[in-house]
Amino acid sequence: MSFKALIVILLSGVLVNNYVLRQFLGICPFLGVSKELKNATGMSIAVIFVMLLATAVTWPIQTFLLTPNGLDYLQTVVFILVIAALVQLVEIVLKKYIPALYRALGVYLPLITTNCAVLGVTIANIDKSYTFVEALFNALGSGLGFFLAMVLFAGVRGQIESSDPPESFKGLPITLVAAAILSLSFFGFNGVVENLFG
Amino acid sequence: MKESKLSILTKGIIKENPVLVLVLGTCPTLAVTTQASNAIGMGIAFTFVLICSNIVISLLRNIIPDKVRIPCYITIIAGFVTIIELVMEAYAYSLYEALGIYLSLIVVNCIILGRAEMFANKNKPFASFLDAIGMGIGFTLTLFVMASIREILGSGSWFGMEIPVLAENNISLMTMAPGGFFVFACLMALVNKITKGRNKRITEYGCETCPSAASCGKTGCEGCVAGANTQEGGDVK
Repeated sequence: MSFKALIVILLSGVLVNNYVLRQFLGICPFLGVSKELKNATGMSIAVIFVMLLATAVTWPIQTFLLTPNGLDYLQTVVFILVIAALVQLVEIVLKKYIPALYRALGVYLPLITTNCAVLGVTIANIDKSYTFVEALFNALGSGLGFFLAMVLFAGVRGQIESSDPPESFKGLPITLVAAAILSLSFFGFNGVVENLFG
Repeated sequence: MKESKLSILTKGIIKENPVLVLVLGTCPTLAVTTQASNAIGMGIAFTFVLICSNIVISLLRNIIPDKVRIPCYITIIAGFVTIIELVMEAYAYSLYEALGIYLSLIVVNCIILGRAEMFANKNKPFASFLDAIGMGIGFTLTLFVMASIREILGSGSWFGMEIPVLAENNISLMTMAPGGFFVFACLMALVNKITKGRNKRITEYGCETCPSAASCGKTGCEGCVAGANTQEGGDVK
């Protein structure tokens, strides 16, 4: 496992296989919380944080507990419960020991349990049979990709606010059209990572 | 006001269509609608999970303590998702492969948790059953329409059958991510146009339809960041 391979995983997560714009994971917060840059940033940082933590916890559970005992079929149940418990735990710990961080991320944490990007990344790590370090890099890449999409889209939405679309396109439909164009622009990254490091 | 059994069943199809009007469960909607057959498969899997979880949650609604209800709901839903995953792996392997990770992700589908929170924990099992069927049909129908548009325009085929002229002149972009967003936008605009004025706007539902309401724990929209997932923007602070 070379350092180069890790960088490839990281960059693919951010650009080529962007979770929001290419794989449609985490669309709810993407549409819901991207109205203001401040909220978008807070949510994304919370997502990166939880993705890394969830991967760090679920990977060992799968590898050392579920697979050796033939309990693979419990994956979905176990993972979602672990993530839910983890989010709750993080919330309590932050509240008690790092109140400043809690104030910044607190409101976003409960929303993350139902964010499919988090469950998605933990399952994808197992499906692609990544090693522990690779899995962590994949989680970080996916999280950063989410962050990039959120921040870019927050900027785009600022522009939409001042536009005047046809009546029936007002609100979400025009936002989705903008998302389509943003996702189109990410096609430009196809092959970039492979060419850089391949 | 008590809703009639029929209106419980039919409201999910257009009036409270989970995808196009309530804007829940957008992730699988966009991801699996590249082929009509995948959309139907996803719709069936989803409807099965929704019906089972709605009935069980409705039966247990007086037993589950209010404070730990969300983890309980998630466990129940995850259990049924595992069942459908195993059944599909055994009897419909190609579909299982095609749906991939999105099958497991039914667990965190906002619609199921949303129906549990909005309907099943307040209503009798039979009403919850009807509600689940209505919502399931609404979801499947939306997925089917979207997948048909994307497959016909994008691959020039329908259920794998080639369509003469379109097959040579396909717009392959339609089957990719941007096409998904775009078709979804157009469908939503169409529903807006049709139901204009007659439909309750999403904001009037308040927090209940918020995709994160289940895990939010707040009773009001005060300081709710996810409330923005509405037409008018909710109460974003």
